[in-house]
Amino acid sequence: MTDLTKSAGSLLTADSPPVSNLVAFRALLQRDAFVLSHNLKEFIPRTVLQPLLLVFVFTYVFPKIGQGVGGGQGAAQFSTMLVAGVLASVILFQGIQAVALPLVQEFGYTKEIEDRVLAPLAVEMVAIEKIVAGALQCLIAALIVFPIAYFVPATAVNIHYHWLILLTFIPLACVSSAALGLSFGTFFEPRTVPLLFGVVVLPLTFLGCIYFPWQSLESIRWLQILVLINPLVYMSEGFRAALTDTPHMPIGAVYLVMFGFTALFVWVGISGFKKRVLS
Amino acid sequence: MSSQQDDVIQTVDLTKVYPGEITAVDGLNLTVTRGEIFGLLGPNGAGKTTTAGMLTTRVRPTRGRCVVGGVDVWEHPARAKALIGVVPQSNTLDRSLSVWENLYFHGRFFGFDAKKSKAEATRLLEQFRLIDRRDASVLALSGGMAQRLMVARAIMHRPSVLFLDEPTAGLDPQSRIAMWDILDELHREGQTIMLTTHYMEEADEFCSRVAVIDHGKILALDTPTNLKASTGIDTLVTITAEGDLEALASLLHAGIVGATNAEVVDRKVLLEVKGSQGVLPAVVQLADDRGFLVTDLRINEPTLETVFIKLTGKDLRE
Repeated sequence: MTDLTKSAGSLLTADSPPVSNLVAFRALLQRDAFVLSHNLKEFIPRTVLQPLLLVFVFTYVFPKIGQGVGGGQGAAQFSTMLVAGVLASVILFQGIQAVALPLVQEFGYTKEIEDRVLAPLAVEMVAIEKIVAGALQCLIAALIVFPIAYFVPATAVNIHYHWLILLTFIPLACVSSAALGLSFGTFFEPRTVPLLFGVVVLPLTFLGCIYFPWQSLESIRWLQILVLINPLVYMSEGFRAALTDTPHMPIGAVYLVMFGFTALFVWVGISGFKKRVLS
Repeated sequence: MSSQQDDVIQTVDLTKVYPGEITAVDGLNLTVTRGEIFGLLGPNGAGKTTTAGMLTTRVRPTRGRCVVGGVDVWEHPARAKALIGVVPQSNTLDRSLSVWENLYFHGRFFGFDAKKSKAEATRLLEQFRLIDRRDASVLALSGGMAQRLMVARAIMHRPSVLFLDEPTAGLDPQSRIAMWDILDELHREGQTIMLTTHYMEEADEFCSRVAVIDHGKILALDTPTNLKASTGIDTLVTITAEGDLEALASLLHAGIVGATNAEVVDRKVLLEVKGSQGVLPAVVQLADDRGFLVTDLRINEPTLETVFIKLTGKDLRE
């Protein structure tokens, strides 16, 4: 027992020098970037198609055929409002696609995660790397999709950049979405993934204030209050504040809640990850 | 001091109790010395994989501690991970990467710079005779090749200990031989290896020392030769027969010259005899005389299976 304590206590007797947590962390990121760069032909269509169709139908087809929503006089205003919603939904979607879906597979049947957690860094750092890599994918997705939302609409889009908000809110939304993806990824199993989309993602997007500003829900007061539990609402409203002069939720409240959600998702994600890889 | 340096794995009272009061590993104390091939031998559910899990930062011990390469695994898991190489039972290769890239990025995770990692990845693929598959997807590898690649990956960062969980389970006979050639070579180069197995023949032939485990406890720990000698058995006759086996066992014990013991294990009579000359005809004759129908008869020296049966009263193959 004393021998053991002695040899364990004296790290000088350890066999090889430790690898810095950061070196291993950076290498994990490099691996993810490498894989992404080789999968661009899948990444781009899966990122672009949904927002492209959304913007195309709502802000190009509808105004052209003079149909209800997005048509008539409010067309330009609607296109402008939709830009923020599209960006928010693309980032949220990407967080789930880039982090949750691969993780569900790796936990479920490929077991690749077992090797990743044997890399010489703390398990928490492996989980954080998933968030960082996911957030970067969210950012890339947003950069690809923004021109679509800007150029596709048949009517002019009135973008007014509020740079301070834009440059702080993009990273916040990306990290939050990737952390939500990590939480979902550790919670769902391959068998229950359809539930993730049917029961979680669908209501999030339909009631995420993508197509309408939150304030306009005033006439349906109960719904206006109910959707406050939806993180996508704050993301849409935040981008509305960052990119347009259209009405939006008070920006202070948006930041406050977004920080809260982000902290919650990061905590749930990391502890869920630890629960799955350690027994 | 030198003996401490030679101890690569030490566990003290290492215990894992899973929720529901299931004790998988119960107060394990063992020491593995540098350069050994150390085998954890036991049936499924004996606690072998849980033990390996605790030593490789994956299963948190309920009690006790373990030190690998001078580092307390649960005080400094990130440091410990740099000192261990792990080949798990299931294929954990990175499906998004090619054969060569699997090794290249593994090197990078463990702090190699790009140049060193490239060179080592190529060198290992040559050593493990996978170089002609370097650009293949890992999904295209056979079970034996995937297993070889996982061993290559696990030793790439020169770990103090290489852990293998059932390294030959599910491999065809040829791949199994190839795997043992590789492990033998690593052993000759001085690599310390700890493996779990339920194949007694493999543990017997290749392991320097073997811990026989059941219900989370070590029942015996020694070299295979000493373990077999400890049974005190010279020759073992296994008799499959119809009829009252207990009666047959007593009959043979009393009637066969040199018989030291006879018992019924798994519907077979195990007869221990000193000297093997003329035993088989004598057994058949005696059984036949008393109306027992002998359907199968085997004679061998004691194996690790004999050791296991002696220790637990049951067959390891179940």
